[in-house]
Amino acid sequence: MEQHNGEIKKMMIILSKATLDNVYAAFVLANGARMEGIEAEMFFTFFGLEAIHKEKLEHLHIATVGNPAMHMPTLLGGMPGMEALATHMMKKEMERIDMPDVHEFLDILKASGVKLWACKLAMDMFHYKQEDMYADIDGILTVGDFYRQGQGVGTHMLFI
Amino acid sequence: MEKVIAGTSVKINEEGYLTEFAQWNTQIGTELAKEANIDMTPRHWEVITYLQTEFKNEVPLSIRKIGKSGVVDIKEFYQLFPIAPLKTASKIAGIPKPASCI
Repeated sequence: MEQHNGEIKKMMIILSKATLDNVYAAFVLANGARMEGIEAEMFFTFFGLEAIHKEKLEHLHIATVGNPAMHMPTLLGGMPGMEALATHMMKKEMERIDMPDVHEFLDILKASGVKLWACKLAMDMFHYKQEDMYADIDGILTVGDFYRQGQGVGTHMLFI
Repeated sequence: MEKVIAGTSVKINEEGYLTEFAQWNTQIGTELAKEANIDMTPRHWEVITYLQTEFKNEVPLSIRKIGKSGVVDIKEFYQLFPIAPLKTASKIAGIPKPASCI
């Protein structure tokens, strides 16, 4: 049997959360893979589905509560308007470093050849239909289908 | 280190990027493209010229900027330079490896 040299051939990235920081982390990793000549596929499950939900993807927030890296007392983080303020500040910083917004980032991922899959179970659970989603998703898959997509030597899976 | 590419001795770094853009010429670009299994077409050269202009203007390159360049869209960029497009195209163009994560 031929020995595999450890080269990464494909990244399978599972996004299960829709806070802006998680969504961006997943997108940057997928795009970064393609930029290095590595294949990339994304599986959006549970709240991660919001990142490809046509209407919701425009209104993703970062979490100010339960996020110790915000260095903010929990009580303050829970005040009305805090999430919106933190999100606004983060978006401003992102624009400064030339980070696209969520919709544009999806366009970039698609143009770069990243496959975007919605999780069937989560779609059913949230009563979403394909037409509710970003128009260029590649389809709706079961977990088993997604694993099959990842078959082959040099595939890595990442859960976010 | 020094390497002879297309009959000219040029300075390159350990990853094969030219370290002195002034030493670049189209024969070197063509040769570097061959090493990356790319046959250069006029369309490839348009993109290379754009990258070199951005480099001369000290504009940092990113895939997003390529998409907004008006020269090439991201999809075609990947068709022209299928594997690691920005890195490959930068190498052919004789400019440094892009430092951006996006």
